[in-house]
This record gives sequence, C-alpha cells and structure tokens, in this order.
Amino acid sequence: MITLQAPFTEDKIRSLRVGDEVSITGVLFTGRDAVHKYLHEGGALPPEVNLSGGLLYHCGPVVIQDEQGNWKATAAGPTTSIREEPYQADIIEKFGIRGVIGKGGMGDRTLAACQKFGCVYLHAVGGAAQVLGECIKRVRGVYFMERFGAPEAIWEFEVEAFPVVVTMDSHGRSLHAEVFAASQAVLARVL
Amino acid sequence: MSALQESLVELIRRTSAEIPDDVQRGILNALETEKKGTIAESAFKIIERNIELAKQKSQPICQDTGSILFYVECPAGFDQIDFDETAREAVTLATKKGYLRQNSVDSISGKNDGTNVGPGAPAIHFHQHRSPDVSVRLVLKGGGCENVGAQYSLPNEKLHANRDLDGCRKVILDCVQQAQGKGCGPGILGVCIGGDRATGYEFSKKQFLRTLPDRNSVAELDAMEQEILKTANELGIGPMGFGGKTTLLGVKICAANRVPASFFVSVSYMCWAYRRQGVELDSQNRISKWLY
Repeated sequence: MITLQAPFTEDKIRSLRVGDEVSITGVLFTGRDAVHKYLHEGGALPPEVNLSGGLLYHCGPVVIQDEQGNWKATAAGPTTSIREEPYQADIIEKFGIRGVIGKGGMGDRTLAACQKFGCVYLHAVGGAAQVLGECIKRVRGVYFMERFGAPEAIWEFEVEAFPVVVTMDSHGRSLHAEVFAASQAVLARVL
Repeated sequence: MSALQESLVELIRRTSAEIPDDVQRGILNALETEKKGTIAESAFKIIERNIELAKQKSQPICQDTGSILFYVECPAGFDQIDFDETAREAVTLATKKGYLRQNSVDSISGKNDGTNVGPGAPAIHFHQHRSPDVSVRLVLKGGGCENVGAQYSLPNEKLHANRDLDGCRKVILDCVQQAQGKGCGPGILGVCIGGDRATGYEFSKKQFLRTLPDRNSVAELDAMEQEILKTANELGIGPMGFGGKTTLLGVKICAANRVPASFFVSVSYMCWAYRRQGVELDSQNRISKWLY
C-alpha cells in the first residue's frame, strides 16, 4: 500500500502505476454530473475551491446536518465516472487536477489528459459507502448546495487513509482498456 | 405515526443498511475463490467490511440509495390509495433520517426538493391475490447498475443472435461484457425474454425478488441461468472490473409472451450492494415476519 499525502506533486503522481494500491490522506473535493457540465460550459468555481494540484472525487454523498449546523457524511462511495468523459480531459487541463477518484474507469481522452498533464485515475470500491465514509474525518465546506442539491454539490472532505487503486496512470496505461479487450477476446470464443 | 408508516420506515432502514443473507453468503464465497494478494481480493475485503459496518451503524450500504421499488401483494379490497400516500410519507421521513439519500430529481427543472417523492417516485407495484395476507417487498436499485442494463431486439446481426434461446444467451453475455465494472460488479442479472419493452424491463426487475440459490422451475431457463453464470465468470472481468474470477453472483431469467413481430431480451443488472428486503404485515399493519 502506497501512502499519498498532500501536496500532490506531479512527481508523486507520475510515480504511480496501474495496479498500485494507494491510501490517501488530505483534502478531496467532490464533483459529479452537474459540476462537470457547469465547469465545461465556462462556469467559475467559488474562491474557496482550489482544484489546482488537487484531487477531484466523483461522489454524491448522503449528508446530515446537526443542530449546530455541522455537516456529516454518513455514506460516501464513488459514482460511475464514465459519465464525465465528455468533460474530464478539459477540466483536468483547465484546473490543474492531479487525481480523479471514481469508479468504473474512464475513456481515451481522459487517459491522454492524464499522460499529458500529469494526472491519475484512482478507483475506489463502488458501493463501499461506509468504509469510505469512515475515512472522511471532517466536512470542511459545501458549495453550490442551493444550485445543484446535496448529491451534486461540491463537498470539501478531509480524508485519512482513503483506499483506492490506480487503474489509469500517467504513462498511458488503463486497466479498464486491458480488461475490456481481454474479456472481449474470451467472449468472441464462447459466443 | 401510523403503524403502516412505522413499518415502512423500518423496512426502508433495514433494506438500505443490511444486505440479505443469501447475497452476503454469495459474496463471502466469491472472496474465497479470488486469488490471494490481487486487487480483486482487496476489493472483496472492502466490500465485506462495508457490509458489516453498514449493518452495525444502521447507515446506507451505498450512498446511492437508488430507485425505490415497492412490490405489494394484497387481497382484493386492500386500500391502495392509502398505501400509496403512506409510502410517500415513509420515504420522505426515511430520507430525513438519512436512510435514503436526497435522490429524486425533477427531470424538467433539474431541481431536487430533498423529499424523494415525485412523479413515478417511489414506484409501487400492486398485485392482488386470494389470500388475506399483505406482504411488502422493497428493492433499492442504484443508478450505476441501472445504467448498464440493456434491452436487445432479436435478431441482432452484429452478435449473430437469432430468435432462439442461443440468441438470448449471446445478447445476455454481451450485456455483461459491455457493463464491465461500471455497474459495481460482481453483479446479479435479472432477465426477461419476451414481453413488450415496458413489461420486459418490469419483469426482469421482479427477478431480483428471488434469492440467489433459488432455482428456476422451467428446465430450459434453469439450464440457461447456470450456463450464463459459469460462462460470465470465465470472462475475467472480476469485481469492479479489476480483473478476477467473479464477474456475476447470479443470473435469474423469466419469460413473457411476445407478439410475433417482437423479440425483446431485457437485462437488468443489480450491483453487489443488492438491497432487497420484505415484510409480512399483520392485521394492524405491524411487521409480523421478515421475508429474506
């Protein structure tokens, strides 16, 4: 298990390879469908959200707010990343993102952007909302809550030992492309 | 709170937080078969720990608490309007309690009012029977796995799938290969052969009410279920699409009559976070028995 801590420098990111199991400690910003479309259409981020050198988490958490107004994420696993494929490459470039966390993998354009700009795709276990939620030590903020609703808002999470697997690295390798091709070859044989 | 509302909130809580025993056993067996030291094994260990943690904390197994699908069996004369209203209140309350995510979006305005209630949400399927008993089954089906479902119209030239059972087998396996890990595998398939487009999908989802060890009473479909399960697990897609031995945990297939011009095969994919529970209600609408 490799420990990945802030700052998420290009060197650290480029040292990661497909198949590496990684434990993240630091800050994650969530962003999913509505945020990607908004940013891709030229929307601005709130000043508190700095994605440069940051990690973007495809996640729409279950959150509850206590009487003091503090937020707690009670379930926070990844959502399917491929829906952001039309936008992700441009957003990696424009905002200088170093890592995208999600599930299911992404396509060729994102893989190329990872290689060109020094970014990596980190796969969290889909459905593991409790194991991953436990790694969120603090909710530091929420942005676009009114505009997009709780699952689609940008949440700022402080995480500790958040477990992921590198499935697309900055050297042009994608585990998803490899498993797809291998399974397609088997399927052709059995059909 | 009425007894019915209380029973439904408890059904929602337990469905969201606790995986049924048959599915948990399937996952534990799969963990044993994966090669030690692989990322597939690591994924299964996280899944196993997640199941325990959700149950212990009484919190959602997965943050995507999904489409809310109720299946109600009731006698003639049962007040469906009252049930419908009470179920909507129960869903809203369960959402406030954090058993369900604020998960229902107005498709025209894009607004999420946080109640989980709106046109078609929750979906309630009533079925009358001759017995006086009332049972309520609930399936919470996440969007990731819903998105990888597929409906094929036979013949399918690209897959060389004709209008016969072998053609059905081909398109079902194609669906598994196309889904890869995007539906949070290992998955469970619910399939309907035949029907129109709407009933095909509806019946395919009802297959999720069967337990994993349940065998099909139709010999041809039983053979097909076993064969597809075995073959899909030879594709090497594995949990989360990481590569590995377990791509599916189960396959459940039913058939519905079709018109001569149509031959649909509707495949619904359920993620490993298979949230399905059910209760029998007594005459006071209290839970008298858990069904899974």
